[in-house]
Amino acid sequence: MDASAGRQGPTTKQRYSIFALAKNALSYHEGWQQAWRSPEPKKAYDVIIVGGGGHGLTTAYYLAKLHGVRNVAVLEKGWIGGGNTGRNTTIIRSGYLWDESIKLYEHALKLWEGMSQELNFNVMFSQRGVINLAHSEHEWREMRRRYEAIRLNGVDIALVLPDEIKKLVPIINIDPTIRYPVKGGILQQRGGTARHDAVAWGYARAADALGVDIIQNCEVTGFERAPEGQIIGVQTTRGFIASNKVGCVPAGHSGVLAEMAGFMLPIQARPLQALVSEPIKPVIDKVVMSNAVHMYISQSDKGELVLGAGTDAYSSYAQRGSPNHPEHLMAATVELYPITSRLRMLRQWGGIVDTCPDASPIISKTPIPGLYFNCGWGTGGFKATPGSGHVFADLIAHDRPNALAAPFSLDRFRTGYLVDEHGAAGVAH
Amino acid sequence: MSRQPNRLPSGGRIDRAMPLGFRFDGRSYTGYAGDTLASALLANDVHLVGRSFKYHRPRGILGLGAEEPNALIQLARGNRSEPNLRATQVELFDGLDADSQNRWPCLKYDVGAVNSALHRLFPAGFYYKTFMWPASLWMTYEEVIRNAAGLGKAPEGPDPDRYEHMHAHPDVLIVGAGPAGLAAALAAGRTGARVILADEQAEFGGSLLSDDDVFINGKSGRDWVAEVVAELASMPAVTLLPRTCVHGYFDHNYLLAAERVTDHIGAVVPNTPRQRLWKIRARQVVLATGTLERPLVFRDNDRPGVMLSTAARGYAVRYGVAAGRRPLVVTGHDDGYRTALAYAARGIQLAGIVDLRPDPSGALVDAAREKGIDILAGHSVAGTHGGHRVEGVDVAEMNADGTGLAKITRRIDCDLVAMCGGFNPTVHLFSQSRGKLRWDADMNAFVPAKVHDTTHAPQRSVGGCAGVMSVAQSIKDGIKEGLEAARATGSTARQPAAPAVEEPGIGAHRTIWVLPSDKPVGHKGKHFVDFQNDVTAADLNLAAREGYRSIEHVKRYTTTGMGTDQGKTSNVNALAIVAATLGTDIPAVGTTTFRPPYTPTTIGAYGGRNIGALFDPVRTTAVDSWHRANGAQFEHVGQWMRPWYYPKAGETMRQAVDRECLAARNAVGILDASTLGKIDVRGKDAAEFLNRVYSNAWMKLGIGKCRYGLMLNDAGFVMDDGVTTRLADDHFHMTTTTGGAAGVLGHLEEHLQTEWPDLEVYLTSVTEQWSVASICGAKCRDLLAALCDDIDLSNEAFPFMAMKEGTVAGIPARVYRISFTGELSFEINVPRRYGMALWEVLMAAGEKHGITPYGTEAMHVLRAERGFIIVGQETDGSVTPIDLGMDWIVSKQKVDFIGKRGLFRPDLMLPDRKQLVGLLTEDPSEVLPEGGQIVEDVKPAPPMTMLGHVTSSYYSVNCGRSIAMALVKGGHARKGDTLSVPLAGKTVKVTVTDPVFFDLEGSRRDG
Amino acid sequence: MQLIPCPWCGPRDDAEFHYGAEAHVARPAVPSERSDAEWEAYLYLRRNTKGPFAERWLHTNGCRRWFNVIRDTYTHEIFASYKPGEPMPDIDQLTAKKDA
Repeated sequence: MDASAGRQGPTTKQRYSIFALAKNALSYHEGWQQAWRSPEPKKAYDVIIVGGGGHGLTTAYYLAKLHGVRNVAVLEKGWIGGGNTGRNTTIIRSGYLWDESIKLYEHALKLWEGMSQELNFNVMFSQRGVINLAHSEHEWREMRRRYEAIRLNGVDIALVLPDEIKKLVPIINIDPTIRYPVKGGILQQRGGTARHDAVAWGYARAADALGVDIIQNCEVTGFERAPEGQIIGVQTTRGFIASNKVGCVPAGHSGVLAEMAGFMLPIQARPLQALVSEPIKPVIDKVVMSNAVHMYISQSDKGELVLGAGTDAYSSYAQRGSPNHPEHLMAATVELYPITSRLRMLRQWGGIVDTCPDASPIISKTPIPGLYFNCGWGTGGFKATPGSGHVFADLIAHDRPNALAAPFSLDRFRTGYLVDEHGAAGVAH
Repeated sequence: MSRQPNRLPSGGRIDRAMPLGFRFDGRSYTGYAGDTLASALLANDVHLVGRSFKYHRPRGILGLGAEEPNALIQLARGNRSEPNLRATQVELFDGLDADSQNRWPCLKYDVGAVNSALHRLFPAGFYYKTFMWPASLWMTYEEVIRNAAGLGKAPEGPDPDRYEHMHAHPDVLIVGAGPAGLAAALAAGRTGARVILADEQAEFGGSLLSDDDVFINGKSGRDWVAEVVAELASMPAVTLLPRTCVHGYFDHNYLLAAERVTDHIGAVVPNTPRQRLWKIRARQVVLATGTLERPLVFRDNDRPGVMLSTAARGYAVRYGVAAGRRPLVVTGHDDGYRTALAYAARGIQLAGIVDLRPDPSGALVDAAREKGIDILAGHSVAGTHGGHRVEGVDVAEMNADGTGLAKITRRIDCDLVAMCGGFNPTVHLFSQSRGKLRWDADMNAFVPAKVHDTTHAPQRSVGGCAGVMSVAQSIKDGIKEGLEAARATGSTARQPAAPAVEEPGIGAHRTIWVLPSDKPVGHKGKHFVDFQNDVTAADLNLAAREGYRSIEHVKRYTTTGMGTDQGKTSNVNALAIVAATLGTDIPAVGTTTFRPPYTPTTIGAYGGRNIGALFDPVRTTAVDSWHRANGAQFEHVGQWMRPWYYPKAGETMRQAVDRECLAARNAVGILDASTLGKIDVRGKDAAEFLNRVYSNAWMKLGIGKCRYGLMLNDAGFVMDDGVTTRLADDHFHMTTTTGGAAGVLGHLEEHLQTEWPDLEVYLTSVTEQWSVASICGAKCRDLLAALCDDIDLSNEAFPFMAMKEGTVAGIPARVYRISFTGELSFEINVPRRYGMALWEVLMAAGEKHGITPYGTEAMHVLRAERGFIIVGQETDGSVTPIDLGMDWIVSKQKVDFIGKRGLFRPDLMLPDRKQLVGLLTEDPSEVLPEGGQIVEDVKPAPPMTMLGHVTSSYYSVNCGRSIAMALVKGGHARKGDTLSVPLAGKTVKVTVTDPVFFDLEGSRRDG
Repeated sequence: MQLIPCPWCGPRDDAEFHYGAEAHVARPAVPSERSDAEWEAYLYLRRNTKGPFAERWLHTNGCRRWFNVIRDTYTHEIFASYKPGEPMPDIDQLTAKKDA
């Protein structure tokens, strides 16, 4: 594909460092360049990415960086990172049930480990460790299955018993007589959290430096196809933009975009809510997740307890859910972490997640030549951000999925080879 | 006892006869009943109350209520300690003990203030630009950052207090009891409608409590408030909720409110919750939430003693406290003059009024002039002086457009700066309800424009929150809208007359978003916008310059508006500054989304009583107390508590399970099987229905006969199993797994109602109607024979997979000859009320046979010995009957059943799917861990290719060795092969077998 | 918290209900005659309309009956609810009436 000849080139990026900060302090920080441009859309691109969240921006970045495709536009209907990237609870881990999932998420986790340095943007990836709790014999059995599967995939994982969990998480209640006592858990020490907005901004800045046009406030309103079916471009609120390859990474709106393109996806759009407490001095430095009581908790660097649970049960694009969900979440939090009772909820919000029947994503070609979809990440997309973009860029560049992406193609819903991450335990996060 | 040096000699809504002692940072002070902690501190001349989040700058009290960003304190100690409370909202009680936060070692000398010295290195978002090298050090940097961040401290232990929930369904909910809300409540209440009036403050009245220059019907505003409140209190259909913050506005007029029931008392009140969460579904909502004053942005506008003008006035009028002895008012708005006049009226000499307007005029301005107050028209505050308290300001005349100084600055000494930057309607709840806002260029603020959903969430905004600044108009609108809200719910009352209101006239104001100084913004000092998070005008400019153009980006990059005050004082100033930097207008930059809650709300209040034992219901069987009395260890199965095993003194789990397993085969074992799901299936099409929902055939099942069935989903995967018995031609008794019962009932009901409404079938869950004692083992027939004389128990008369009705020990019973252990077995079903009686009779009569209760663990072992699956253990949603080697149960004759088509999809027909097999370890005493992964080609270290996993694994005392079941890729063709299970530290070799380990001929089921 | 109008019980909090996604998707009469793609469509493919949408709800903690609702999935406005077997109302007409 043709690189971006004759166009307004992006400027070489200033390096970020403590020295740059000190230097810029002398000029009252008035010398900092913009992190990314806000260009007008061109008439045509080699690849258009629809959706300026983390997954879309990483796709564009890797297309430019690894596949030499620099004439790329990322179209975002609002502001970049404003969807689930900026609304999630930022849990990162690769400890899944099935080999296909473990490999995909571990690929992502390895990219997280070098991300700040690669992007020259501190995404504050904090490998503080993620614990998944089991609260019954049945869950404990399921967890040991996950533990063995993760371990034999060569991924770090440890079984932890209640006493060890108490040492790692002093505020947890391991009283064996509570309604759902802690039976044990698995700990992935390389897992953790990151600063979600920074991931979008860091990739946007890096993609921009490679020539990618990031176009905000540009909503796709239709797909245009040649008579023989091939995609030739998209209609947007800022006019028609031509391209023979369009990659859609629209998260909660994947079903809407697919219907716009004329096909249906095995997707359900659901509200997912989260909330934070007021900031307090550090009380928990692990991420702890519990399926049985439906809650997960971590503490942000700012000091807020970050709490989340499962999705609301109905379809909605309102980016809000029912208040009974947070209510149950807070009851569960008090149950497992009694000191939280007198703390206060500061803010609650909702996003729209697109869930698949098997709680695994779709990274796939579609019935329309030249149109690709990366969606269905449900409640767990943030952790996959760099890996998702990495394999999706590969799929778009070569028009065939690589080994990591192949199990997640749309075919599986027809042939029956699902990657069912619900397992026997219910919810997958 | 201190002397409250700033307490005015008279006035204020405090009870001077009731002094209250309190402590702040360990020092003792005195205030009065009716004080807040903030007013009491100011009365005692304590202005320095906190340190800011990032720079640890000394901070004082800025506001009067919910908007306060600075004065955050930690209340009490130990398990009742509570961080981050706003001193402006904490009602004073005797013995109150509070500490400042975010400082070390103490508020006056805070080491963290070194950040302030290094502030040049810490512009907005500095952390995104550094701490990256070396990568390995980030976790260390992070720990330092984390310890520096955070505000107050969590309590030390569990919360000793109790919280409650309350549901309410009023005709009209009115939020806010200022003049507009009181008027609305009065109009609605007089119609007889069911009205709730809620206000976050302890006392109703809103702005009328802080203003002494408003007269209604010739009396003071506060007298009018008292009259209205008295009338409302007399109305039986009106509920008054002071101290109740309506903080969340959700779909279809569902609102949440938090009532502080005992917090202001400072002691435990018996039989009373600490807080109450109100869940309100209102037919009509009237929002009367008032306004929030905007601070002015000028250099070093954060020194203690720099305060909102209405707050300074409120302290004087409402609390009788002089927040300063030489106040300076800075304003572009007539309202600032009211503060100056309030202080002047109390004999306090003003340092002056700095008015942004070049040409102020009107009654208030004239009144100030008459009082001899020095008015500096067209002036700016260029900076402030002081440390722990403001000591003076630099002022200068501005150029005509307010962008710079026209003259050099001069200093004015003062100890209080009361600033008025205009007012923002409190549109938080309106916005939460998804109402659309509009920028009002006259008011320079966002006001409500369009209600989101007038059908499902009818609502109205009145008074300040609707952009109405006059009390007279607010009352008029309140009466009108309160009445219309009531009328919309069916009332036909007439509109009461509006009272006559005298209030100061407010003229045109001038807004300057950043007051000009002698140096550009960012070059000298700091122009704070968000006080709590230390976000300055320079930070906002930097964000815009760096390309963070959306207000959401600016907010997230700079953290403006993200403190515990959620930007109540900073959001609009920030928007305006960003708009100016980008050269666009404010509406184009947008507004950030207002999210619940309006003010931070106690997590425990949401939990309410739904914690502890009430967190989730516990289901127990009729025999539960016997199990407990006999030492059972329990296992959680869904919501059920089931006996897991019954250890005798000194026994390990393994020893107990071995004993139970031996007895269940060789003597008599007894299992409480009551938790199995049971569904009564009745109707003329019942057999046809079962034929459709199970994979095997059901039409010809004889009456009194039982059949095992596998239930699949339409994808072809196993979802449940159980034995179903035909009780009559049109009547079946279905059993399901314990955990799957609710899901199965839902699955059946759904198909019946939505796919096959033509079938006449009625489903009833009868799980809790029956108590089930399952007895098995060599002596179980003898045991039952002794208790049952009306059923012939011989194999001939009562064959396997049959059901007989009769009596057991005189109790009417259904006895099923079915077996999950492979042993001769009878499942005795009796009505639940007889469950314990039956159990006790069986235990007594079985004593001579060595009857032994066994739990779920022994049950698992016994069924595994015979190779019976457990759904959810041998299956995980990806397993077909063929994978389980249960082809025999999949009808080839039936045209259709749920799951049949799914089984014929390509990937479900592959030969090398994961299939159920048995595994025997080389060493018979080695018990594999369940979940162990099976490998053919063992590598020295991971990764290695896995073929499947161990689904069940036990030591079987009956087999004299360990046994295991597993799902293995192509397992059915691998029987006899040797594979490995690599564990941490060792690898166990296993042989693949049939998944049957005991009584291979199946002869024991007939005894 | 939305108020979902159960045709039998009246409006109730959404917490009482279970959601059933797109309405009017019938199980094929003779599944064996359906292609793999058609079976996939029945099992998994459902519309995700943003806007007025015909969807199924089950009053789990009430009468336990399924019914259909026309609800706007973006605004959460509810236009109609009707019993199974009844025809789907004309959504355009319903929403137009509302606007008028």
